[in-house]
Amino acid sequence: MGIKKKILVACGTAIATSTVVAIAIEEGLRARGVEVTTRQCKASEVPGLAADYDLIVTTTPVPANLGKPVIQTLAFLTGMGKEEVLNQIQQALSA
Amino acid sequence: MGGKLAEFLVPGAVCLHLETGDARDVIRVIGEKLLQAGYVHPTFTDAALEREKNIPTGLPLGGRFNAAIPHTDIEHVIRPGVGMATLTRPVVFMNMVSPQEPVEAQLVFVLALEQPKSQIEMLQEIAGVLQKPSVVEALVAAGNLEDVYTALK
Repeated sequence: MGIKKKILVACGTAIATSTVVAIAIEEGLRARGVEVTTRQCKASEVPGLAADYDLIVTTTPVPANLGKPVIQTLAFLTGMGKEEVLNQIQQALSA
Repeated sequence: MGGKLAEFLVPGAVCLHLETGDARDVIRVIGEKLLQAGYVHPTFTDAALEREKNIPTGLPLGGRFNAAIPHTDIEHVIRPGVGMATLTRPVVFMNMVSPQEPVEAQLVFVLALEQPKSQIEMLQEIAGVLQKPSVVEALVAAGNLEDVYTALK
């Protein structure tokens, strides 16, 4: 239990891709008994928003030195390595 | 499943076994067909080319074939639809997650994205298809539209 962890999900234009990824993360973690909240944004908005989140997951490069863990992945679009990325996300959230 | 993707697919904007020079040509050919079919404004193709240059959409799938999903902002779109090209020879798109890395793509979905809700559904359907190597292979092998729709069932 406890407070839900917050994940910021970024893509190139914050329209479709990040939403699809955010839904896949929420579903993937829920299946593992972990509830999170997500917000989608453009990669360029990440520096201004990162401070309020526990983890950033992005499909496109984001600036370095955000002070928060960043996972760059296409797994939620292509399915490749999805379980490993979910492991990484869980690990990052429990750190 | 990909059943829904079949609903979004624009039959007039499907090119199978296209022989073309590069990724830009693929976007031009499919963009032109989406324009003719009334799905996008004349600005769509240039906008998609420009976006692809800055925010590429190549997706390595880890199987025999890779894909790309070029798209652009909603103001260039009239109504939502998906154009598709399969390529005789792969063309190089850059990797979405690491734009310096080339991805040799043989399956390209050009997305005319409009309302936030429809674009999410559309992209979820495409992600679903890309996650099934057998469907990707069937699409790349498809010789006609009927094969495409069968693969997407």
